[in-house]
Amino acid sequence: MTINEINEGNDTLISLPSFTGSSIELKNITKRFGHVIANERVSLKVETGSIHGIVGENGAGKSTLMNILFGLYRPDEGSIHMDGKTVDVTSPEKSISLGIGMVHQHFMLVPTFTVLENVMLGNEGSFFLKNGEKSVLQKLQKLSNTYGLNVDFYSLISDLPVGMQQRVEILKALNRGAKILILDEPTGVLTPQETISLFEILNSLKNKGVTIILITHKLKEIMSITESVSVMRGGKVVASLKTRNTSPEELAEKMVGRKVLLTIEKKEPKIGNKILTVKNLNHSSKEGVEMLKNISFSISEGEILGVAGVAGNGQSELLDILSGIEQLQSGEIQINKIKVLPGEKWDPKKVREVGMAHVPEDRQKRGLILPFYNYENSILGYQRKEKYSSGFLLDKNKMLNLFTETAEQFDVRPRDPHIVSSKLSGGNQQKLVLAREIESQPKILLIGQPTRGVDIGAIERIYEDLLIMKESGVAILLVSVELDEIMSLSDRIITMNQGKIVGEIKGSEATEIELGKMMSGLGRAD
Amino acid sequence: MLEIFQIIISLLDSTIRIATPLIFCAMAGIFSERSGIIDIGLEGKMLLSAFVAASATFLTGSPWIGLLSAVLASGFTSLIHAFACITNKGDQVISGLAINILASGLTITVGIALFSRGGQTPPLSSDQRFMPIDFPFQNLLDNIPFFGDLYSDVISGHNILVYLSLLGVFLTYYVVFKTRFGLRLRAVGEKPEAVDTAGISVIRMRYQAVIIAGMLCGFAGAYLSIAHGAGFGREMSAGKGYIALAAMIFGKWNPIPTLFACLLFGFLEALGNRLQGVDLYIIGEVPVQFMQALPYILTVILLAGFIGKARAPGAIGVPYSKEG
Amino acid sequence: MNESNLLPRWISIGLIPLINLFLAFLVSGLVIFFIGESPIQAILVMIKGAFYYPGSIGYTLYYTTNFIFAGLAVALAFHAKLFNIGGEGQAYVGGLGVGLVCLALDQSVNSFLVTILAVFGSVAFGAFWGVIPGYLQAKRGSHIVITTIMFNFIAASLMVYLLVNVIIEPGQMSPETRDFSEGVGLVQVHKLANFFGISMAVSPFNISFFVALLVSFGFWILVWRTKFGYEVRSLGHSETAAKYAGIDVSRTIVLVMAISGGLAGLVAINELLGVHNKLLLGFTAGYGFTGIAVALMGRNHPVGIFLASLLFGALYQGGTELDFEFSSITREMVLLIQGLIILFSGALAYMMNPIIEKIYIKAFKGPQNA
Repeated sequence: MTINEINEGNDTLISLPSFTGSSIELKNITKRFGHVIANERVSLKVETGSIHGIVGENGAGKSTLMNILFGLYRPDEGSIHMDGKTVDVTSPEKSISLGIGMVHQHFMLVPTFTVLENVMLGNEGSFFLKNGEKSVLQKLQKLSNTYGLNVDFYSLISDLPVGMQQRVEILKALNRGAKILILDEPTGVLTPQETISLFEILNSLKNKGVTIILITHKLKEIMSITESVSVMRGGKVVASLKTRNTSPEELAEKMVGRKVLLTIEKKEPKIGNKILTVKNLNHSSKEGVEMLKNISFSISEGEILGVAGVAGNGQSELLDILSGIEQLQSGEIQINKIKVLPGEKWDPKKVREVGMAHVPEDRQKRGLILPFYNYENSILGYQRKEKYSSGFLLDKNKMLNLFTETAEQFDVRPRDPHIVSSKLSGGNQQKLVLAREIESQPKILLIGQPTRGVDIGAIERIYEDLLIMKESGVAILLVSVELDEIMSLSDRIITMNQGKIVGEIKGSEATEIELGKMMSGLGRAD
Repeated sequence: MLEIFQIIISLLDSTIRIATPLIFCAMAGIFSERSGIIDIGLEGKMLLSAFVAASATFLTGSPWIGLLSAVLASGFTSLIHAFACITNKGDQVISGLAINILASGLTITVGIALFSRGGQTPPLSSDQRFMPIDFPFQNLLDNIPFFGDLYSDVISGHNILVYLSLLGVFLTYYVVFKTRFGLRLRAVGEKPEAVDTAGISVIRMRYQAVIIAGMLCGFAGAYLSIAHGAGFGREMSAGKGYIALAAMIFGKWNPIPTLFACLLFGFLEALGNRLQGVDLYIIGEVPVQFMQALPYILTVILLAGFIGKARAPGAIGVPYSKEG
Repeated sequence: MNESNLLPRWISIGLIPLINLFLAFLVSGLVIFFIGESPIQAILVMIKGAFYYPGSIGYTLYYTTNFIFAGLAVALAFHAKLFNIGGEGQAYVGGLGVGLVCLALDQSVNSFLVTILAVFGSVAFGAFWGVIPGYLQAKRGSHIVITTIMFNFIAASLMVYLLVNVIIEPGQMSPETRDFSEGVGLVQVHKLANFFGISMAVSPFNISFFVALLVSFGFWILVWRTKFGYEVRSLGHSETAAKYAGIDVSRTIVLVMAISGGLAGLVAINELLGVHNKLLLGFTAGYGFTGIAVALMGRNHPVGIFLASLLFGALYQGGTELDFEFSSITREMVLLIQGLIILFSGALAYMMNPIIEKIYIKAFKGPQNA
């Protein structure tokens, strides 16, 4: 060898980047939980030093997949390969040692610890903290400088804004030598500025050769930062595309696509007076993130107003405020002649008093008490009404009759009032909740995700019931991530994105493409 | 003037003697609760240890064997608590209560079976107990007013377990805040998911914490029967385990403030005893029962948020399941 | 706690508690064996002591009364997922209520009326002692387990102070008040029987037992037939769903603790109005804590609580007999059994589940699984 060659050789050794990512490939990963197939023959490939996106709605199977990669679950079938070699991820510890680093959606940080302590946890370097601290600090400083992950190492996590906390999560993973970084819904809790910072960091990481997988349902982000994307739906990968070859509309379609099931005969809407008006509703979460920005709309009697949008854009908060579960922070709600302002008494009891009923998005946690019998659940929320009680006592007969009648009328199966509600199928649970709320003869019905987890037969029934209500003059606010549902049922549709209403369209004029565009925040061309 | 000095000296002396078992138990509580496991059973473990210490010492003649037996017995008891709470995800409060009641019944039943003295163990002689240790130079300093007595009565002249309890505080502080084990311990009590995803076993950490807690209670019980006292008497723990619990909460689960809380509660009891029958200016006689209740009243006031906030470890009381 | 989804109700409610009970007795039996006595003998002695000798059943039922009240108190709070460990203190302060009413009125007011008022006094004072921790939990987030434990001790100190210094019968040594006037109090059943010409052995069994039965029935109605009970149970299952249903969570917690304290206070009517006829130190004797065991075993239902109370009543009474018959066993054995029952029925309640599930599947579903 010449001197030059030797020198060159040495140079190469010194200038190797400290992190070379791996490529990762999943082949036919399948995972079942009892009867439910959470992942079905999932295959995808991510090249070294690239950013790959995985999109899908809630329940599409993304979380399960990630938990498999992180070693919390073992796949029933299929294999995982890193840099061409088959790997068996048996535990989080194994996953970390293989170089898979996970930034969880809900941060795995100890709020009472400092940044340094959180990074050291599990990787302390020695029994006495003092000894390990120095080298960890050095490493952290280097990582921070290299990738622009600036954060004060001695701050308490609880003092840090969410964007900073996320940086700590990333630092944790990198400190453990992550070659593949998986981020699970990272921007759900970030402000737009923090999101920009995050993406700068991700790009920096990518350019240094780290492989990144980004799990999100925000299409704009997929378009802006990924090179390739897999779309998941119902546990399967329904599309694998190069980002530059696709569009938000195409992704939206593939994400939420479900065949229109019924041809619903929609008669000419008989729309009456405005009955629910919302003005300038603003809401910030406990962490200080603005969830609703200046929401204003109204619904009239006999009208179904659909709220379309990908989950997490403020729809849940809107429902919570209208139904009295969350406080009204700023803005005005008017129901008929009754005006409600911030600071006034506004809770679910009052809401029912003014004639609003609520079928919650999460029927199992909110809408039902699963250990109760069916007949007990049929009065949940209405237990103080005179028609079900006499004095202090609840009238069990009235409750039983109520359930029997409504079960008959709304086809809740099994018809047995003495069955515990947890034993009912999802569809029957939903019918029970809906029946109860309809039975209260509300003037306004708030309903979220009416057919989530509901079988087809029940879906048809639920749609029928909603239309009947509409025709009898009830105003309905329908929040749903299912576009078909929104389009079939709504007289008018508004779309929400990032806490704002970004579009309004007549039900009859709406198409999937149009809505998809509006939902992804690209706005309607007007 | 001299009398006041005497009173203060004797109060401080009593304070330390009363506080010692509290300190051991409170440190035990800190280990357990910092890892996320509620420990109401400090009382029962202390009672059981007191019995085992006295019995073993009587049977073997050596207080050191007594101490060791107590520590082992208490550690074993906490193993049961750990099994119920961690492995079986049982209710932690109920388990603690069960242990307290069990200890009451078991100590008397076995005590009577062994010694037929109505639940007491036979009295122990001086060489079967941990006797007071006098520090050197006591004679030299004796002549200095106040400080001489302070040295000889308050600082020197306690049995070894008293000094061990102080050592225990510093060890607890050091382990919990300056070692890897302590970092993980605190993390497990605040956010077990963070520990789990870092590849550390939550279950193993909690078992270790609970067993350490048990062993520390062993020292407390041994102190009662073979250092401070000369044998075991029925129900001799007399609620001290609950005061230790209160002290731990008062000390916000931190060893040094907890030490002060134990000293404070010890002082209150000493003061209460001292003031019995004594007429104070204006107030008249302070009922000893009021002084006895004061630690509990203070803890309630603290919990109600009137003297700062007492924030328990974030994940306490909730059995951990990997949700994945 | 993790109830099995697999096992049918009759196993979950009937069989498994019995198995847990059996385990508790098994371990107790082992301890007795190690002491050098025969467990079988011990059990026989206890059964005889509880039921066989003249007056035994009376004594057993007298104890049962206390446990019913204490158990109902704990059970109500459990329905709202609140852990009321303060039954001991609430019963004690309930006794203060009885004492104060009787001492103030028994010289001047009709004794029947005084008795009725004293019963109300026990409830009111017990409720007061329960409502403070309840309020602190609801409004200030103070953990009810710790506060109720603290209040037990505060009650003890308070009562000692009062009994030694304030309301003690002048000139006597023991810390108790004077006797209540003749006629004040709940009649003992044997005396009642004698009045009707039926001879019955002497025992402290008095009509407060029937009050306990009535209260049990009232408890059932309250929890399962009233709007309030509906809201309490809803809150206990799911605070989120309770809020959705428009339930005022704070108000419910405070009310539950008040009633719970009042129920515990009723222990005083048995002890003070039915037996001792004066207020004395330590009459609660650990009944408050046994109430916890009773509620756990009885699964917070009045019928279960009655049966569990009966069991513990028999244990207590049988335990006294143990004291007589065996030189090396005393009634503290009962504490041991009690602790084991709490351990197995409470903390280790579902320990046997996996084994039983396996047996159940094999036995009932075996052929289908092939």
